[in-house]
Amino acid sequence: MKITIWGCRGSMPSPGSDKIKFGGNTSCVQVEHGDTCLILDGGSGIQELGNDLNPEIRVVNLLLTHLHIDHIMGLGYFRPFYNPECTVNIWGPTGSNETLIERLRRYFSPPFFPVRLKELPAKINIFEIDNSEFQIDSLQIRSEYICHPGPTVGYRVECGDSVLSYIPDHEPALGSSDFPNSTEWCSGYNIACNADLLLHDGQYSQKGYESKVGWGHSSMEDAINFAKLSRVKKMAMFHHDPLHSDATLERLFDQSTSNKEFDFELTLAREKDTFILD
Amino acid sequence: MSSREIEVILSRQWADSLSTAVFIVDPQGNLIFYNERAEALLGLRYEETGVMPVSEWSSIFTPRDDDGNILPSEELPLVKTLTFQRPAHGEFWIRSLKGKDHKISVTSFPIMGRPDRFLGGIAIFWKKKKK
Repeated sequence: MKITIWGCRGSMPSPGSDKIKFGGNTSCVQVEHGDTCLILDGGSGIQELGNDLNPEIRVVNLLLTHLHIDHIMGLGYFRPFYNPECTVNIWGPTGSNETLIERLRRYFSPPFFPVRLKELPAKINIFEIDNSEFQIDSLQIRSEYICHPGPTVGYRVECGDSVLSYIPDHEPALGSSDFPNSTEWCSGYNIACNADLLLHDGQYSQKGYESKVGWGHSSMEDAINFAKLSRVKKMAMFHHDPLHSDATLERLFDQSTSNKEFDFELTLAREKDTFILD
Repeated sequence: MSSREIEVILSRQWADSLSTAVFIVDPQGNLIFYNERAEALLGLRYEETGVMPVSEWSSIFTPRDDDGNILPSEELPLVKTLTFQRPAHGEFWIRSLKGKDHKISVTSFPIMGRPDRFLGGIAIFWKKKKK
């Protein structure tokens, strides 16, 4: 699998000269394997991804973790939606009352967006999921509800022995009485365990998190503890705070990791970063 | 060990933060958590018992009616909730493992996850005040 990050900023796009290194686009990750085109989330990064895709691609598989605006705001600008020869399969979590398509229609309708979902030229298939397992070509996908406000899932993408785990919005410390010691009582563990690469929420500093408990995101320290508990091989922290400049991100990362030893690789996700999982 | 469903994890966190006694069971009826206030009422600590099957917890506290008759397990609110996936309520006597008798009032309800997945049950119970 080749994994490319097209957006790793949290909450809202935040372009600027002080955010060149890590980028300002919101959540969007591309997974390529053979002819399979898989995209995780439709944040603002999906616009550039759509422009970069091979125009010959006819099937796009889009997996949405949830429908908070920073994860779907790029959909209206995703080029394959406007290609009548293209099929876009969308997977996303079901809710208790409204269906996935009803919630997507809220975005694809005035006053939020001028083009309605049914007016998009592409053929669109909608698949509702919860704690599910399904296959896209040779990729085995597992989804599971995780701790974040509203119906939200994490995804585990397996290809042979390679595992990518994607949990961009997650607050495991809130849901566990014994975090980070018990796998049994830790949200997201089934998605992340033994992953080769974990893309995980690390929006706040520890101090910043203390005033935002319950908002659905993690401190860098909690992200590190979650990765350790899950025994991943590598974690790239994701969903960077829109107020954090490159310098601030690096400073907070250094504070979270200095004088500590880890038995896994640790980095901050950056736009255009690529990872190869053999 | 695999993690439990997020709805159950959050139920435990909620129960853990309450000063009202709470039991949580999985869909098979296994007692998977009870909080500190329940520990005080039942006379044993969760860390000491771990997971307990329905056959054990439904009888270990010798639930009885006002006349001292042993209640069959199917009469217990939480067992009704597990059986019918509906809320239930009841009042009865229990004997803690420290030998103390308490009259308790129990309300139980199912944990229904999205979308309509039955994930177990929660029982909240109060010690009745002596008249």
